[in-house]
Amino acid sequence: MAGDKTVETTGLMGWIDQRFPLTSTIKGHLSEYYAPKNFNFWYFFGSLAMFVLVLQIVTGIFLVMHYKPDAQYAFQSVEYIMREVPGGWFIRYMHSTGASMFFVVVYLHMVRALIYGSYRKPRELIWIFGVGIFLCLMAEAFFGYLLPWGQMSYWGAQVIVNLFSAIPFIGPELAIWIRGDYVVSDATLNRFFAFHVIAIPLVLLGLVAAHIVALHEVGSNNPDGIDIKAKKDKYGRPLDGIPFHPYYTVHDIMGLAGFAIIFMAIVFFAPEMGGYFLEYNNFIPADPLKTPLHIAPVWYFTPFYSMLRATTSDFTWVLAASAVIGAGLTFMRCKGLAKLAWPLALLVVAVLLRVIDAKFWGVVAMGGAVVLLFFVPWLDNSPVRSIRYRPNWHKWLYGIFFANFVVLGYLGTQAPTDAFNLMSQIGTMIYLAFFLLMPIWTVKGEYKPVPDRVVFHAH
Amino acid sequence: MLIKKLLSVIALAVACVTAQAAGGDYALEKAPNRLTNQAALQNGAKMFVNYCLNCHAATSMRYNKLRDIGLTDTQIKDNLLFSGEKVGDLMKVAMTSVDAKTWFGAPPPDLSVIARAKATINGPSGADYIYTYLRTYYRDTTKPTGWNNLAFPNAGMPHVLWERQGPREYTSVVVHEVEKDGKKSWERVTKVYGPQGYWTATTEPLVDYTGKATSGHGFKALDKARATAYDSDIADLTAFLTWMSEPAQLLRKQIGVWVLLFLGIFFVVAWRLNASYWKHVK
Repeated sequence: MAGDKTVETTGLMGWIDQRFPLTSTIKGHLSEYYAPKNFNFWYFFGSLAMFVLVLQIVTGIFLVMHYKPDAQYAFQSVEYIMREVPGGWFIRYMHSTGASMFFVVVYLHMVRALIYGSYRKPRELIWIFGVGIFLCLMAEAFFGYLLPWGQMSYWGAQVIVNLFSAIPFIGPELAIWIRGDYVVSDATLNRFFAFHVIAIPLVLLGLVAAHIVALHEVGSNNPDGIDIKAKKDKYGRPLDGIPFHPYYTVHDIMGLAGFAIIFMAIVFFAPEMGGYFLEYNNFIPADPLKTPLHIAPVWYFTPFYSMLRATTSDFTWVLAASAVIGAGLTFMRCKGLAKLAWPLALLVVAVLLRVIDAKFWGVVAMGGAVVLLFFVPWLDNSPVRSIRYRPNWHKWLYGIFFANFVVLGYLGTQAPTDAFNLMSQIGTMIYLAFFLLMPIWTVKGEYKPVPDRVVFHAH
Repeated sequence: MLIKKLLSVIALAVACVTAQAAGGDYALEKAPNRLTNQAALQNGAKMFVNYCLNCHAATSMRYNKLRDIGLTDTQIKDNLLFSGEKVGDLMKVAMTSVDAKTWFGAPPPDLSVIARAKATINGPSGADYIYTYLRTYYRDTTKPTGWNNLAFPNAGMPHVLWERQGPREYTSVVVHEVEKDGKKSWERVTKVYGPQGYWTATTEPLVDYTGKATSGHGFKALDKARATAYDSDIADLTAFLTWMSEPAQLLRKQIGVWVLLFLGIFFVVAWRLNASYWKHVK
């Protein structure tokens, strides 16, 4: 009939393709989507993150069938799932292990982006969506952790929501609005349940979709940081590219198998992970009248928790001094309006650091450490993308940054002492300096020549 | 003569020395692992229902879950149900939280997941705590219940199992520094708590002492047969409480072996399949 859309496929596929871009989507994103052929171990974690997201959603659906979001019944409903729901213990352990493994996978995924410059132009938007996903993930984990209604759940939520009361002027009212009550209570549990089960998962799914769409628009980066689309064959296919399907679909299946071994070993033999994945204190039902001796967030928040605790009144002097130095640096290096705006803003910050309570700045430091990530594409001025072609001392700096992050994490699990506090403060400065001084250090040093074609060793 | 007697007392019993002064953390003993011993678990269930379930509840645990440790419904009904419960009921108790607080100072905690709650990171497990706690009671007339405990000092819980353990003598030896008239000196304080809870203390000054503050504890069972049988009973009870904290643990480890075996084979297949595709890529 005239006006019908002509498609190459026939039969049922043809019928669908005239009404829905199925074959064109499969071709455009799988069998004719070209990815660099030199992906290495670091490139598994994106697909693993997607797998863990799906796993969390599916196990979450089954948990919600039996969980009761009521302060009186929550704790026991979790035990009901563990004991009476057939396979309930397995689903619960997959969900709790999945939560921690989600962060392992996402942190490693971010390491890849940092070392290979995957956030650089034209991939800044992929990175921005990604940091948005990271923020949503942190919120999702925080809201989800209240649900078992154990001692750690309750008091962790109490501490973190109280942080919002440190915001000048609106703080105390804001904290009550978040909680729905004067203290963490049944009202808080119900709304955190809604956030955890629907609100944030919807946002997460949207951001993940946007993340992948943005990625497919420009194509993946690779360990050499080379643009594979610069050299194409006579059919328009990148010389250093291979179709995502079947090469990376089968590659990622292998990666998934390896990940599943580690994941299931934990689920079946060490679901508590020594008290780090399932905290022992959380097996005591929440008691608003009994504060635990040692309140600490789950391990994946501990680096940022360290930064929060490190920001004492004394430390704000150091931060204020750094802001003044920053004002000097921006005055010297910026041009035009920025030459006035940045130093002024930084001087105002330096003053406010001493005027507003250190508790508020602790919250700013903790949140700022994550928000800072959004700006990395504009802080990194290096002429090459990948760490492979950077000066050797850059590699040391990256190593120090990653080791520092792990140390901050360890310090966050420990009770505060004077020595640990000092180490946390130094660690916070290292973290902030690594990013904020990037405009200066990323242009220094002798760079190695970047090859024309990717470095690929035949399998 | 006195020294010899003290040394023999301590030699006879369990001693632990910590670097802190008396009243600090007591070093918990390792609980024997009887989780795979069904007879032990059943004995532990019997101990639990007969001695603990009057004050403590286990509201996440159903009586018929005991089928998993080899008991039949008839056995449960005949031996473990006392006040009109049905075999499918949860292990609740009649005492309310308010009454409990009035009578004991704090409501006895629910024991459904007690072995998981008492565990420590990089430290003794919950089972170790329970095993030690139930065996380190000593008579102390200065306490309202007449009992005190080394693992949980000033516990509000009386020694419910005192008859099974039999009479014991408890000796505490503390070496610490004291200040008298502005001068610091070391002394050793030995306190012996008799089976009636009255204690005698002897203090001896230590001249030229160069060590650190220490504290030692020793129990002497006056009815050794009863105390040894008691230790085994408590090991059974601990095993039961550990099992009850996660009844699925035995099954999950069994299934886990098969799952990892399968995944191992799956990984090898996936790896070789991947290699077969990639060998064409130059």
